[in-house]
Amino acid sequence: MLPSLLVYGLINSVTLAITALGFSLTYGISRVANFAHGALYVLAGFSAWFFLNRLKLNYYLAALLAIMLTSLIGAAIYRLALIRVRGMPLLEIIVTFALGSAALEALRYFGFLGSHYSLPPMISGSVNLLGVPVDLQRVALVVVGASLVLFLWLFTRHTRIGLAFRAMAQDEQAAMMLGIDSDFMATLSLALGSALVALAAVVVLPLSFIATESGSNILVSAIAVCILGGLESTAGVVVASLLIGYVQIVTVTYLGPHYQMIVALLAILLTLIVKPSGLYGQQKELEERV
Amino acid sequence: MDLLVLKEVSKSFGGVEALTKVSFAVAQNEILGIIGLNGSGKSTAVNIITGFAAPDSGEVWFKGEEITGFAPHRIAGLGIARSFQTVRPFHNLPAYKNLIVPLYSSRIRKFTESGRWGDRDAVAMDLLEEVGFERDSQVPYKPASALPHGYLRRLELARCLALRPDLVITDELFSGLSSSEVGSMVPLIEKLQARGMTIIMVEHRLRELFRLANRVVVLDRGRKVTEGTPAEIVENSTVRETYLGAEL
Amino acid sequence: MARRLERIDRPIKVLTEDIYALSSLRTMLYVAAPRLLPALLVLLIPVLAPGDYFQRVATLAAIYGLLALSWDFIALSTGLVSLGQALFFGVGAYLAGLLNLQFGLHPFLTLLLATVIGATICTALLAPCLPLRGIYFAMTTLVYPLLMARTIEATAIVGGTDGLVGVASFPGVWSERYLILIFLLAAAFSLRRLMTTDFGLVLRSISDNDQAVRASGINLTYYKLIAVWIGAALGSFAGAYFTHLYMFVGLSAFSLDLSILPIACAVVGGLGTLAGPVLGAFILVPLAEMLRDLGTLRIVAYSLLLVALVLFKPEGILSYLKRKYEQVERWVEV
Repeated sequence: MLPSLLVYGLINSVTLAITALGFSLTYGISRVANFAHGALYVLAGFSAWFFLNRLKLNYYLAALLAIMLTSLIGAAIYRLALIRVRGMPLLEIIVTFALGSAALEALRYFGFLGSHYSLPPMISGSVNLLGVPVDLQRVALVVVGASLVLFLWLFTRHTRIGLAFRAMAQDEQAAMMLGIDSDFMATLSLALGSALVALAAVVVLPLSFIATESGSNILVSAIAVCILGGLESTAGVVVASLLIGYVQIVTVTYLGPHYQMIVALLAILLTLIVKPSGLYGQQKELEERV
Repeated sequence: MDLLVLKEVSKSFGGVEALTKVSFAVAQNEILGIIGLNGSGKSTAVNIITGFAAPDSGEVWFKGEEITGFAPHRIAGLGIARSFQTVRPFHNLPAYKNLIVPLYSSRIRKFTESGRWGDRDAVAMDLLEEVGFERDSQVPYKPASALPHGYLRRLELARCLALRPDLVITDELFSGLSSSEVGSMVPLIEKLQARGMTIIMVEHRLRELFRLANRVVVLDRGRKVTEGTPAEIVENSTVRETYLGAEL
Repeated sequence: MARRLERIDRPIKVLTEDIYALSSLRTMLYVAAPRLLPALLVLLIPVLAPGDYFQRVATLAAIYGLLALSWDFIALSTGLVSLGQALFFGVGAYLAGLLNLQFGLHPFLTLLLATVIGATICTALLAPCLPLRGIYFAMTTLVYPLLMARTIEATAIVGGTDGLVGVASFPGVWSERYLILIFLLAAAFSLRRLMTTDFGLVLRSISDNDQAVRASGINLTYYKLIAVWIGAALGSFAGAYFTHLYMFVGLSAFSLDLSILPIACAVVGGLGTLAGPVLGAFILVPLAEMLRDLGTLRIVAYSLLLVALVLFKPEGILSYLKRKYEQVERWVEV
């Protein structure tokens, strides 16, 4: 039992981490909480399916196109909608959430229900880890996820562009005075965040079906990881994913599958009540609590 | 007796030390000035005294009892009123209605028997008159957002006075006002002191502050540099180098 | 020659300032009409509506109107934006169902108890979140209904995924139609009155500048608790009513739908006006019913409508009408 828990806990954690990265990056650069995150994930999945099955494209090409398309949609969301409500976080949430819900319901209406659509695994076969059989797709997921996290961490800390992003996030006005266009950065942040979530979709969805229902679950998971970890910290995303990932696996194994979301929801609630800035968030006393 | 005492108060925000072991005391019925360059910790000190921030270490004592870390409304209830640096009145309400809020606090409800709507309005109008609003004009009825800056400052002061405080802390009360506007507010402060009020004034306008203050505390980068009477401060060479050299 | 739009108050509006409203019949009518006419219309709906279907739509509109009113009140009085009105609705709905099925209580009694107990439970749940600022509070409100739904699903309590069936319905068709309308009107008028008192003034100041309110010796949490309790009570009543109307309560009582709709109604009708969201409900709900054939596409429709309004015309219908009623516009040459 234990090795199985360890292995699947890790896989779950990495899954959480890569789905949360997009949300964290978008917020980290431009302070926009993109509540259409889950919808973009599902859209990416369906576009990949479309490119693969209807246009009969090569698997990797389909994936790449799906990522680019989602990225464009994300940028469009900013350019067309969010730019008008910039700086009012509650309206940003309402707008992105409403758009995301609309998109998901539209997909549902047009018949894209779960369990009929799926993406084939990138790699087939399985391998034995600690005596536990794991399919290679999941291994690929962990590898991709870990390298992505590593890459982002190095990027934001050790490259000039990455540092510029972080500077911009911390002090938007200073960045504007240095000639960095705030709207351009925000559009970029949404494009990047959407691309990341699309990448996550392409890597994770082959494990099961593409379900419209998972849209809100993905959003909640991403928020849970980011809130628990601290909204601007990559280290936070990693630690929070591990925590939530393992707790989810344990409760699902012993209590039942419905508990997966309950764990995520409780993580959000308890973090906000006890320490709103999360594990690695900066102290923002006057901002957070009245 | 000392009304307010700060003992070794320190506070840092995310690695920046805003205040380091600052101690000073304010005696009853005196006017204490707090001066210092931007970033010296003046506003942090005010926030800590009034409960909007909790110190990392050190104590704040008021009227012989410790109030360190109390919530702002509780400190206001004990008798410390503060004005805000950036004056933001309750915009859409008429000027006199702005004062209803402090008059609604539990502190005032203990002082007065009136709970009826009409009486609070009368008290509010009296308060406005005290700070220099002309009673019979339209000014008290204008929405607060329509008031000129000098009046906003007076309104802010009235909001403090509505609490019937023992100690009033003004945070850059004179900033942004013309010399004549400041000149007309100075007698107001003097009048308050004459009636027994204790006042702490955080200020950049040194000329007027030195006329009013009995003692002055000088802060620089989170530490107390020195304290003394205005005459002593002006003579102090360290202060002259870091601060007054630029001003006078 | 440049022109600008100038807006000045209508003469009759100026005439009706304060006590002068009582000076003549005309001025009294001017003031009373916008308040009394809609109330009268609402009360006449059950009498005028042709057929059960329209009655049902009207009752639904009133229920959602109440939910929207509760959202608007909380936002107006404390500045807290709730993304989870469904919590109040669902708690009230389940309480009514439980009280009726487990204890055999009469619907009128369950309505009362569900409202009061529901409000208390919801306020207790939200209490630790009250000190949080805007966006963080909004996120907790989003989480709560989802948490409730998932917990019910996972633990299969209170009917689990099947829900509770066989809940008693209203004793008479007139009580079914009128009770909600009367409650809605009473709530709307009382809350408007409340906001004009000094208590309401303090509430509005909280959403305007909460730091100054704290520095004035007011305990914010206390006022927020009261405002949330009132809002929760209205929402719970709406939920309880719904249960008795359909004689069923299930997981859908916590659905996200119920959190988006009040916001949409408020944006359509006029944010912060209290009566606006009710108006919005009476517009959106019949509209949604007409689009019922399109199934869940309605959610798409009013989500998109919400987005469009927020982005382009956040004023709201009621504010627009009020402006037209009270002010005159004209182009003036500069």
